[in-house]
Amino acid sequence: MRRPGTLAIYAAFYLVFLYAPVILLPLFAFNDGTIIAFPLSGFTTHWFAELAQTDALIDSVVTSLIIAVVAAVLATLLGLLAARAAARTMFPLKPGIMGLIMLPLILPEIIIAVALLVVLSQLGIALASWTVILGHVLLCTPFAIAILNSAFLALDQSLEEAAQDLGTTKLETFWRVTLPLVMPGIVSSLLISFTISLDEFIIAFFLSGNEPTLPVYLWSQLRFPARIPVVMALGTLLLIASLVLLTTAEYFRRRGAARTGQDDHGGFM
Amino acid sequence: MTEPLIVLDRVEKHYGAVQALAGVSAEIGAGEFFSLLGPSGCGKTTLLRAIAGFEELTGGRLTIDGRDMAHVPPNKRPTNMVFQSYAIFPHLDVGQNVGFGLRKKGLDKAEMTRAVGDALTMVGLGGYEKRASHALSGGQRQRVALARALVMKPKVLLLDEPLSALDKKLREQMQVELIRLQRQVGITFILVTHDQEEALVMSDRIAVMFDGQIAQLADPEILYRAPVNRRVASFIGMMNFLPTQVTVLPDGTAEVDVAGLGRATIPATQCAGGARAGKGAVGIRPETLTIGREGAGRVAEGTVEEVVYYGDMTYYDVLLDGAAAPVTISMRNVFGRDVLCRGARTPVRWAPEAMVLFHD
Repeated sequence: MRRPGTLAIYAAFYLVFLYAPVILLPLFAFNDGTIIAFPLSGFTTHWFAELAQTDALIDSVVTSLIIAVVAAVLATLLGLLAARAAARTMFPLKPGIMGLIMLPLILPEIIIAVALLVVLSQLGIALASWTVILGHVLLCTPFAIAILNSAFLALDQSLEEAAQDLGTTKLETFWRVTLPLVMPGIVSSLLISFTISLDEFIIAFFLSGNEPTLPVYLWSQLRFPARIPVVMALGTLLLIASLVLLTTAEYFRRRGAARTGQDDHGGFM
Repeated sequence: MTEPLIVLDRVEKHYGAVQALAGVSAEIGAGEFFSLLGPSGCGKTTLLRAIAGFEELTGGRLTIDGRDMAHVPPNKRPTNMVFQSYAIFPHLDVGQNVGFGLRKKGLDKAEMTRAVGDALTMVGLGGYEKRASHALSGGQRQRVALARALVMKPKVLLLDEPLSALDKKLREQMQVELIRLQRQVGITFILVTHDQEEALVMSDRIAVMFDGQIAQLADPEILYRAPVNRRVASFIGMMNFLPTQVTVLPDGTAEVDVAGLGRATIPATQCAGGARAGKGAVGIRPETLTIGREGAGRVAEGTVEEVVYYGDMTYYDVLLDGAAAPVTISMRNVFGRDVLCRGARTPVRWAPEAMVLFHD
C-alpha cells in the first residue's frame, strides 16, 4: 500500500511553483508602490489608469493582436491544406516534404529569426509587421498541421465518400461534410496559433522594425523600474483575457462534442 | 434474367504488384439481387467500390445501363451505396442525412420533405426526421443509410457488408426486410458479404470470389448442390471430403471406391468439371447422410465418435467401418428420435446421387 502523502505534497509543490508567479501579477498590479516587494503598501487602481494613457503600449498591443490574428488565420489555412493532403492522399516524397514543413517545431527560433532577417535584408525588404507575420506563420503552421492532421485522421473517410456517392462534387463535399466535422480542430488551431504568435519574442524582436509587438515593447520597458507596475497591470488584463478565451473555447468544444454525440475526450479543462 | 444492367468485362485492378481483381466478367440484370461472396481479401469490396466509382479500374470495361463508366466519378453514376460503417453524417439530423443528396436534384422544399418522409417510412423510421443521428441504434443507423441511398432512386444499390455490425437476431430480421424492400422498389441490389448463409438467404444469384476472380456464379441452390471445386464447396456450408479412386465409365458417369462406403456410381451431372480417372474426392453434405436404417439409399455401418447437440439439430462425427477419418452427419431432432451416445454403433444411410466428385 502506497502512502498517499508523498505524491500529494509533490503535487502541491508543483502547483505552487507553477502558479505562484502568476498570482503575483494581479497582486502587484493593485499595489500602491513602484517596488515589487512585500509587504504590500496599499490598494490602488492607479496603474490601470496609467496603462490606458501609455500610447506606445496600447499601440504595441494593437500591433500584436493584428499580427496574431493574421498569422493564426494564415497558419490554419495552410495547415488545413497540408493536413488534408497528408491525411488523405499519397504523393511522391511525402515523408520528406511533411518533415520539412514540420521542422520549425524543433528548429531553434533564433535560427529561423536570423535566417529570415538575412534573407529579407538581402532582398532589400524593409522590416514591418508583415515580416513578423511571415515568421510567425512559419512557426505556427507545424502546430496547425499537427492539430488538424489528427482531426482529419479521426474523420471516417467513408463520410466523404458517402457525400460524393450522394451526388456532391469534391468541393461541395469538403464544404458540406469535411469542414463542419473538422471545425473543432480548426478552432483549436486558430487559438493555439494566436497564442503562440501573441507571446513570441525572438522572431518579433528581429523582424519587427519600428512597430514593436507587445513582448518586444515590454522587454524594452524593463529598463525603467517605475514602469514595472504598469506592466503588471497589463499582465493582469492579459491573464483575464486568456482565461475568458480558454473557457469560451472549451464551452464551444464541449457543446460541439455533445451535439455530434462524440465521446468527450481531450480538450483543455 | 432480364436485360443486363451492369456488364463487367474482364475487369482488373492492381495496386502496384498486388492484383485485387484479376479479370472479372459478369452480367447483372435489372432488378436482380446479386451477391458477391468470399473471404476477406478476395476482391469483393474492391469490385463493389469500382462499380460505385471509388476505385479506378486498371483494365477491362464496366458499363452500367449501356454507358461506359471509365472516368465517371461517383457523383455522376446511377449508383448509391450503403457503407459498412453506414457513414451517417454526425453533424446532421436524420432528415438532413436522408435529404443530403436531394439538394442537388432541384426539388422544392415541399417535394424534398415528402421524399424524405416517404423514404423513412419505407425503412420503418417514419417520423424520425428531427432525431439526432448519434442517438440512433445500430439497426436504426442502417435503416437511415438505406433510406438515404434509396431516396436518390438509383439504378443500382450497392451494399457493403451492411449487416455485419448487427447482432444475430437483428441481422436475420434485416435480411428479410432487405428482400422485401428490394422487391418493393425493384432496384438492382449488389450485396458484398463474407457470410455464406446471408448470401444464400437473400440472393437471386451469387458470385463466389477467391483471389480476385469469380470461382462460381450461380443461383443459391446450384451453388450449394453442385459447387465447382472443393474451395467453393467448403466455403458454402459444411461438406465432408472423402478420398477415392475414380474410374470413368463410357456413359460419362464416374465409378468411385470410397473407404467405409464401398463402390458407387456418381452421375455425370455431379462431377465438378467432368469426371477424370485417378485420384479424387467425393463431397457429401452432412444433411444428406442419415443416422438409422429407414429411408432411401444404401447403408453403411459406423461408430459414433462425437456428439454435438444444438437443440433443433444434433451433429455426429461417425467413423465408418474401414474409413480413416470420421464423417460429420447432421440430424434434425424430430419428436420421437433419440440422440445417440458416443461409442454407439449405428447404420448410416447414404446416396450416390447426393455426392459431388472433385478432382482438386
